[in-house]
Amino acid sequence: MPAQPAGETPPLDGSLPRSAGAGANRRGLSLYVHVPYCRVRCGYCDFNTYTAEDLGPGASRADYRANLAREFDLSTRTLAEVGAGDREVATIFFGGGTPTLLEASVLAGVMDDIRARYRLAPYVEVTTEANPDTLTPAYIETLARAGFTRVSLGMQSAVPHVLATLERTHDPAKIPDVSRWIKEAGLELSLDLIYGTPGESIEDWRRSLDVALGNEVDHISAYSLIVEPGTKMGAMVRRGELPMPDEDDLADKYEIADAAMTAAGLSWYEVSNWSTSALTRCEHNMAYWRNADWWGFGPGAHSHIGGVRFWNAKHPKAWSDRLLAGNSPAVGREVLGETTREIERIMLAARIDSELRLETLAPGSEAAIRTFLKQGLLDPAAADDGLFRPTLRGRLLADHMVRVLTEYVG
Amino acid sequence: MQGLQRISPSATSPELIRNFCIIAHIDHGKSTLADRMLQITGVVQPRDMRAQYLDRMDIERERGITIKSQAVRMPWEFDGTPYSLNMIDTPGHVDFSYEVSRSLAACEGTLLLVDAAQGIEAQTLANLYLAMENDLTIIPVLNKIDLPAAQPDKYAEELANLIGCEPEDCLRVSGKTGEGVEEVLDRIIADVPAPVGDADAPARAMIFDSVYDTYRGVVTYVRLIDGALKPREKIAMMSTGSSHELLEIGVSSPEPHASKGLGVGEVGYLITGVKDVRQSKVGDTVTLAGRPATEALPGYQEPKPMVFSGLFPIDGSDYPVLRDALDKLKLNDAALVYEPETSTALGFGFRCGFLGLLHLEIVRERLEREFDLDLISTAPSVIYEVTMEDRSETTVTNPSEYPTGKIREVREPMVKATILTPSDYIGAVMELCQTKRGKLQGMDYLSSDRVEIRYRLPLAEIVFDFFDQLKSRTKGYASLDYSDDGQDAADLVKVDILLHGDTVDAFSAIVHRDNAYSYGVLMAGKLRKLIPRQQFEVPIQAAIGSRIIARETIRAIRKDVLSKCYGGDISRKRKLLEKQKEGKKRMKMVGSVEVPQEAFIAALSSDEPDAKKDAKK
Repeated sequence: MPAQPAGETPPLDGSLPRSAGAGANRRGLSLYVHVPYCRVRCGYCDFNTYTAEDLGPGASRADYRANLAREFDLSTRTLAEVGAGDREVATIFFGGGTPTLLEASVLAGVMDDIRARYRLAPYVEVTTEANPDTLTPAYIETLARAGFTRVSLGMQSAVPHVLATLERTHDPAKIPDVSRWIKEAGLELSLDLIYGTPGESIEDWRRSLDVALGNEVDHISAYSLIVEPGTKMGAMVRRGELPMPDEDDLADKYEIADAAMTAAGLSWYEVSNWSTSALTRCEHNMAYWRNADWWGFGPGAHSHIGGVRFWNAKHPKAWSDRLLAGNSPAVGREVLGETTREIERIMLAARIDSELRLETLAPGSEAAIRTFLKQGLLDPAAADDGLFRPTLRGRLLADHMVRVLTEYVG
Repeated sequence: MQGLQRISPSATSPELIRNFCIIAHIDHGKSTLADRMLQITGVVQPRDMRAQYLDRMDIERERGITIKSQAVRMPWEFDGTPYSLNMIDTPGHVDFSYEVSRSLAACEGTLLLVDAAQGIEAQTLANLYLAMENDLTIIPVLNKIDLPAAQPDKYAEELANLIGCEPEDCLRVSGKTGEGVEEVLDRIIADVPAPVGDADAPARAMIFDSVYDTYRGVVTYVRLIDGALKPREKIAMMSTGSSHELLEIGVSSPEPHASKGLGVGEVGYLITGVKDVRQSKVGDTVTLAGRPATEALPGYQEPKPMVFSGLFPIDGSDYPVLRDALDKLKLNDAALVYEPETSTALGFGFRCGFLGLLHLEIVRERLEREFDLDLISTAPSVIYEVTMEDRSETTVTNPSEYPTGKIREVREPMVKATILTPSDYIGAVMELCQTKRGKLQGMDYLSSDRVEIRYRLPLAEIVFDFFDQLKSRTKGYASLDYSDDGQDAADLVKVDILLHGDTVDAFSAIVHRDNAYSYGVLMAGKLRKLIPRQQFEVPIQAAIGSRIIARETIRAIRKDVLSKCYGGDISRKRKLLEKQKEGKKRMKMVGSVEVPQEAFIAALSSDEPDAKKDAKK
């Protein structure tokens, strides 16, 4: 799993600098709940997750909900201290790990715990990630009744040999059924796909897209496989047992994905995300990309409140020990300066279709924008309306554009 | 020892002086033997002894070679008479053959020191011939007889054949154990003639070395031929006519001792307070300003750079440091020449001239080590004389200055190369010389299994990778010596390397027409692997004039985006972005193409880019 970024050590009680509360009422508030459990660990995964039931006294799965409630309490107190507390929660996201490895009643209970402390917006978006193997109609029904509005299903691929390389154990044949159950329960359906797995052919990828789009899907996230150092797959690539994904192959597959989604009526709104309409976008992720405030609960979770980024102890035991001792589980933080915040704003907004306004860019950026237009990286019609909207080619080179544009900041 | 005053400096009669040097190949044990002589004659006490006492620079000690020569005065008694021996050390490399010739000219005799396990090597042979031409008495000495692999009988035979003596005349010593070293000292006194000169004539002293010392200024080592020199006299350099006051005169044994002067046949040092060795050049004649000699000693030559290379600091802001460093090295290196050079690819640096490849390497290594500089050097080039159709002449030492327009003729420097090799490798050596445009001049067996092969070769081929190839094709057994042998006209062309249509000056090369294609393919291929993909397709072309002879393409980058960027990724991603931006700042722009510094370094090194980097592309 990736190391946490370098940062300063936050105060033991987790209190925030007053600056974090400035302008809070103009920003939305979102909550993220990290569920650090999986049945098996996939070879490519570098997320903070554990397969053991019991990770030491106070850190077993049975203790998890109570510990989360402690962090909820800490968060409301901390936010109130800097005047950032009295806000409706716009979105909630359960990620992992595998949140659906917990009983549906536990997830529903966590929702109750949140409601007891936070005011939720009338149309709050509540998503959980789910492994297809873990879902049944009854499970989904319980989620729906608990206020969940959306399921993000970890499909990854429809091709057995690709799933085997990823060490995913679910049966791809179950995807249509599970998808139908989710829709029948009145929830939005998002499918997660991964392309560029070693051994995945172009045909394999087309097939995964066909299967995914064959369901009544509202939203698809498609990520190129990233071989992370420190994972089993990373080690295999290093030893030459698996080939490193080829950048041109990834670009081909991205273009194929975009064409297939467009043909199926989905359009991109972020580099790796497509939806049927503006209403079916993932508002929780949009909150990240718009630098809204969010609190991340659970081991290793990251938070952002008014220009302060902080992150929790990674191991469930270290996280729960701190909470049980009455302390904040945060172990590191960054208080961002104006320049850094502006760099982050551009870095995130440049990945979205209608977010970055050209007039907000630093003086001097005009020449770069003209070059991007000439190179076919930006949509000229959008630019005429003052919007930075990358073309298909531009999306694949978004980091390049961000590096150029952020040169002018500060 | 009795009667030491009879051999005190300035009062020693020439009959009691013996001046000798040691001709030896690198690693044949010259410094160790010299150490032993210092000990046995008592000029260095055991507690002050350190290995390779006379090698002053770290580089000299590490590489086991002597760059600058030295002189040491040692007393030795023979048949009850005290004698004064002057051992003049000689540089051990082909690049310094002129300095070797001046050291030889300061002596009446030489030890021919050969490793009893390896036999004579090409440079030793070349220096031996030089000594014979100078009529020096030659004392053959086989060293390292303590080694299990020593074959003294075999190599005594070889030496006897070479110098025309009997195998029994070869002394057998071990510099390491000291065995036989006293016999060597005795033999020097018995065989080497005493110096002869006119004590009453105007003073003439030959400079055989000149060293810059931070505290004392230039220390000039001389051999007095005629007359005498005394402190506080005014001396004159005969090549320039410049005169200086003699602040100190003395001898080294081996630490400097000021003396009342130097007389005929004596060897010692002079200090005048000059700060630059260029004012005190090896081979020049020192005389008295008040009573000058009419004729200079023969054999003086200006140092002549043969090999040129551009040196550029990797960090452009180090340019002033490089300039100061070269200014300092120049004080002690009369052969080093340089002038500022600007390269579009490498920025600001200096075009430097060297005596040869080793000289280049030593200067570069000293700059990096003593001045903490990181440098890129361009491929070494030689001096080309170009005659245009309109009969105008141009001298080219930098391929980027090669004239455009109609060329009538190009001449390149040639060398006479002597290669000594075990006879098993004759075929391999001849094949190499043939591919390097060599012409066979002759071949002689030194013994039943060792051969001397003589070729005439373009110097440009030697400075490329000849020596490495010779060593690898002969498992390290062959040795090489070469000397200047005029110029030849040749069918040479300049090959340019173009990146996206822009010439990369650092990669231009003057090569034979037959090799132009392979040079172009090699460089274009290397660069394709080394330069990262850009926003647009980048052609890499090799061209002679406007004619393209090779082409590679770096395809445009299609994907430069991280697919995932959620809450916990943001800090990581921003930091990655900053790191990438830092990396970009270290890129050099060639036209519109960003080239990482490492690509230039790797492309300019003769090694293949390593396999790991390859696999990543």
